[in-house]
Amino acid sequence: MNPFSSGTRLRDMIRAIRACKTAAEERAVVRKECAAIRAAINENDQDYRHRNLAKLMFIHMLGYPTHFGQMECLKLIASPGFPEKRIGYLGLMLLLDERQEVLMLVTNSLKQDLNHTNQYIVGLALCALGNICSAEMARDLAPEVERLLQFRDPNIRKKAALCSIRIIKKVPDLAENFINPATALLREKHHGVLITGVQLCTDLCKISTEALEHIRKKCTDGLVRTLKDLANSPYSPEYDIAGITDPFLHIRLLKLLRVLGEGDADASDTMNDILAQVATKTESNKVAGNAILYECVQTIMSIEDNGGLRVLAINILGRFLSNRDNNIRYVALNMLMKAVSADAQAVQRHRATILECVKDSDASIRKRALELVYVLVNETNVKPLAKELIDYLEVSDLDFRGDLTAKICSIVAKFSPEKIWYIDQMLKVLTEAGNFVKDEVWYALIVVISNASELHGYTVRALYRAFQVSAEQESLVRVTVWCIGEYGDMLVNNVGMLDIEDPITVTESDAVDVVEIAIKRHASDLTTKAMALVALLKLSSRFPSCSERIREIIVQFKGSFVLELQQRAIEFNSIIAKHQNIRSTLVERMPVLDEATFIGRRAGSLPGAASTPTIPSVSLPNGVAKPVAPLVDLLDLNSDDAPAPSSSGGGDLLQDLLGVDLPPASQQSGAGQASKTGNDVLLDLLSIGSPSAPSSSSAVDILSSNSSNKVPVSPLDDLSSLSLSTGTTSNAAPMMDLLDGLAPSPPTENNGPVYPSITAFESSSLRLTFNFSKQPGNPQTTVIEATFINLSSNTYTDFVFQAAVPKFLQLHLDPASSNTLPTAGNGSITQNLKITNSQHGKKSLVMRIRIAYKINGKDTLEEGQVNNFPRDL
Amino acid sequence: MIRFILLQNRQGKTRLAKYYVPLEDSEKHKVEYEVHRLVVNRDPKYTNFVEFRTHKIIYRRYAGLFFSLCVDITDNELAYLECIHLFVEILDHFFSNVCELDLVFNFHKVYLILDEFILAGELQETSKKAIIERMGELEKLE
Repeated sequence: MNPFSSGTRLRDMIRAIRACKTAAEERAVVRKECAAIRAAINENDQDYRHRNLAKLMFIHMLGYPTHFGQMECLKLIASPGFPEKRIGYLGLMLLLDERQEVLMLVTNSLKQDLNHTNQYIVGLALCALGNICSAEMARDLAPEVERLLQFRDPNIRKKAALCSIRIIKKVPDLAENFINPATALLREKHHGVLITGVQLCTDLCKISTEALEHIRKKCTDGLVRTLKDLANSPYSPEYDIAGITDPFLHIRLLKLLRVLGEGDADASDTMNDILAQVATKTESNKVAGNAILYECVQTIMSIEDNGGLRVLAINILGRFLSNRDNNIRYVALNMLMKAVSADAQAVQRHRATILECVKDSDASIRKRALELVYVLVNETNVKPLAKELIDYLEVSDLDFRGDLTAKICSIVAKFSPEKIWYIDQMLKVLTEAGNFVKDEVWYALIVVISNASELHGYTVRALYRAFQVSAEQESLVRVTVWCIGEYGDMLVNNVGMLDIEDPITVTESDAVDVVEIAIKRHASDLTTKAMALVALLKLSSRFPSCSERIREIIVQFKGSFVLELQQRAIEFNSIIAKHQNIRSTLVERMPVLDEATFIGRRAGSLPGAASTPTIPSVSLPNGVAKPVAPLVDLLDLNSDDAPAPSSSGGGDLLQDLLGVDLPPASQQSGAGQASKTGNDVLLDLLSIGSPSAPSSSSAVDILSSNSSNKVPVSPLDDLSSLSLSTGTTSNAAPMMDLLDGLAPSPPTENNGPVYPSITAFESSSLRLTFNFSKQPGNPQTTVIEATFINLSSNTYTDFVFQAAVPKFLQLHLDPASSNTLPTAGNGSITQNLKITNSQHGKKSLVMRIRIAYKINGKDTLEEGQVNNFPRDL
Repeated sequence: MIRFILLQNRQGKTRLAKYYVPLEDSEKHKVEYEVHRLVVNRDPKYTNFVEFRTHKIIYRRYAGLFFSLCVDITDNELAYLECIHLFVEILDHFFSNVCELDLVFNFHKVYLILDEFILAGELQETSKKAIIERMGELEKLE
C-alpha cells in the first residue's frame, strides 16, 4: 500500500513529515497527503473522515493552506457519534474563525448539540461556541447558554459561564439577561464554576452599569466572605499551589472586588479588612503568593481611599522593587506607575531604585522604568534626573537609545528651569545621540536658540566645540550649521562671552571649515546639505575674507544631481557674484522665530507625539483597561500601538527653517512678485498648457516652486519677508535681475519701426497705456512699455499687474518700477513686457490682463482684455 | 483575557497554536514568527514578560519548548506565569513525563486538554485533578 495514500494513519503521516530532511521534501509529502485527502473528500469517504481532518489540522499547524477541509468539519459535527463530533469541533475551532460565512451553517448543529442529552456533547458545543462564536451566533444561541448556566453538571455550568462572557462581549445588549444567573454562580462551592462565575460577573460589570450596581449591592458581602474563607482555608491538595489554596481564584476575586469598590465608598469599606488580611498574610516567597499580592495592591490602589491600606500597598511595592527576581521588579514598576497618580510622594521615595532599573540589561524592565521615571520628573528633580539619564545615554544599548532620547528631550523641554540649561542638555543629547533625535526636537531647539538672544554667542561656540567631537551626529550637524550661518560672527568675535565659558579662538575660515565638512560629508542627507548651502551664503556676507572660498564651495554644487542643491547653488552663486549690493540685506539674520506659533503648530500636527509619550497605565483608570475592546480589535494586529506621528508637520517646519531664507524674499519683495505670479496666473487665466517659458522666468519659477505652497501660511515667512521687503523695494529691479542672470539685457535702443501707442485699458480709476518698440533683426519680438496712471485721488499700494496670452505668444514681464501708484499727476508706474509672437504676420497680439492693488488697505481687482494692438506686431 | 496561546520549540516550529481572537492565517504565521523571535533569544535571567504590539507576551521555557500567552497589557502577569506552569503540570501528568514528541503525535489531545483548561480566553478550571479526570472520561468515549 502506498504509504501516503489517505489510508495512512495520522501517526505515520506525522512520522513521514518529521523524517523529511529539507523543506522541499516536507512540501512534497504534504502535497501528496493533501491530494489524497481532497480525493477522499470528493468521494465523500465516511470511514476516514475524522482521520483525514486530524491530518489536516496537523498540516494546518505546519502553515499550509487547508481551507478545503472546512466543510468536512461541518459534516463531522453533524454526525451522531462523540468521536466524530469531537474532531469536527476541534477542526472547526482550528481551521475556521468567526469571520467565515461557512460558520453560519454550523449554528443549527450547535443548537442541537447544546440541547443534546449527552452532556459531553453539550460540553463540546459550548467549548466551540465560547471560542469562535460570532455576533449572529451569539444572538441565536444565547437562550441555550443562559439555560445551561443552571445545568446540573458543574463542568457544563463553568463552560456556559465562559461562553456567556463571549456572548455579552459580542452583543452587549444581551448582558442584562445574564445578570441573575451569573450572580447565582457566585454562591457556588465548586472552584471551576466559582472562578468562571466571578469572571463572568467582572465582565458584566464592565459592560453594563446596571449589572455593576446590582452586583455591588447584592454580592459584595458574599464575595468578601468567599475570599475570607478561601484565604483562611486549610491545606487542600487539589487546589494547592506553593502553599496557597487556588491563587487563581484569589486573583479573580480580588479583581472583581476592585471593580465593585472603584468609586463606591461603602463597597470599598466592606472589603478593607479582607484586603488588609491578604496584603499582610500572603506568603511572598513564591510566584503564586506575589501574584496575589500584586493583584491585592492593584485593588487597594483602585478602590476608594484608605490611607492605611495605601501605605501597606506602597510598602509591598517597595519590597517588590528590591526583589532579586526580575519578574517581581517588573510588576512593581508597572504598579508604581499607577500609584503615581494616587501618591506621588511615596513613589518618589523609590526614585533612586527606579533609576537603577532604567539601566537594567532586560529591555522589558528598562522600558517600564523609563516610563516611570518620566512621570516622576518635576521642576524640582529635573536637573539630577536628566543628568543621570543623559550620562546613561552614553552607554545604553543602541535599540534603547531612540526611546531614551525621546524621553530625555521631552523631559528637558517640559521642565527646563532656564534656557541655558535647556540648551546645554540638548547639546549633550545631540552629541551623544544626535542620530536618534526626532526632527521636531531639533526644530524646537533652534526656535529656543533663536529666542535666547543673549545666548547666541554662547550657543554657537558650544556647538562649534561639540561639532569637533561628534561630527557624525546628523541633527547636531544641522543645528551647528544653522547657528554658524546665523551667528557665525559671534563665534569668531567671541561676542556675548559668559563667565562659565573657556575662551576659544576661531577664525573665519575655521567656521567655514565646519560648514564645508558638513556639506561634503557623504553621510549628510539633503536637508543637512541644503542647510549648509544657506549657511554658506550667509557666511559669505558675514565673512568677506572668505567670500571667494565660499563661492568655490557653492560652485561645486552647481553640478549636483539633486535638483534642490543644484538650484540653490546656482542661485546663491548668482547672488554672490553679481549682487554684492543687496547681499547683506538678503542674508540678514533671521527674525526671532515665534515660539508660540511653533508650539501651536506642533501640537496641531503631531497629536501627542514626542512631547507626550504614551503613559498608558497612568491615563487608564486603575486597571480597568481601555474601554472594553470589542473582540474584533482584540489584538489590533493590523494597527500598531504607537499613535503614528505624522511627519507632515515636521516637514512644514523644516521648510520654514530652510525656505525662509531666500525664496520668500525674492518672491514677495515688491515688483518681483508681479513677474513671478504673472507667470502662474498666466496659466490660470487662459488655462493653456505650459508655454515654454523663457529661460529667465523659468529661473523664477524654479526658485519659488519649492516653497510657494507653504509660504502664504507661514507666519515665520511673513516676518522675514516684511523685514526684507522694506529693505529691498527700492532695489526691486536689480533684485529681480539677479534671478534672471541668463536673460538678455533689457532693450536699450529702439531702432525698429514706430508703432502708435494705445490705451490698453481704462476704467474710472486707472488708465493703462502701451508703447511699442521692436528690437532690430527680431521682428517676432515686441517690447511693450506699460504705463499705469492713477485717475483717482487715492494712492494705490501693493500694485500688481498680471497678463496672460494665448499659446502662440510668449510673454515675459520685467519688474515694475514700483508697487505704489501715486495719485494722478504725481507719477506713474512703468513696466516692460516682452512678447514673442510665433505666428508673426499671421496673427496679431491679444492679451488678457488683471490688475490688483489696494486702496487704503482694501483690495481692488480689475480685469480686462486687450484687443486693440496694432496689427503686424 | 488571553488572546492566543503558542507552544513552540527553539527552532520556531509551532506545536500548538490556539487563537481566541479571529486572525487571518497569514497574520497568524506572522505572529508566530514574531513571538518566537521575541522570546527565543532572551536571557533566562530576564523577565518572562515582553511587550508585543499592543499586548504582552507571558512566556516560559521548559527544556526546548516555549509556552507563550498573549494577554492584555493590564492583566496580572504573575498569575499567567503560574497558569503556564499549571498547564505544563497537567500535560506532564497526562502524558506521564511529557516530552516534545508526545505533543507532536498527540497534538489533538493537547488541544483537548487546553479546551478543558482555558475557554474563551479565560481560565476554566484550576484543579489539575479535575482536568485529568475529565480527560479520562472523554478518552473512554472514543
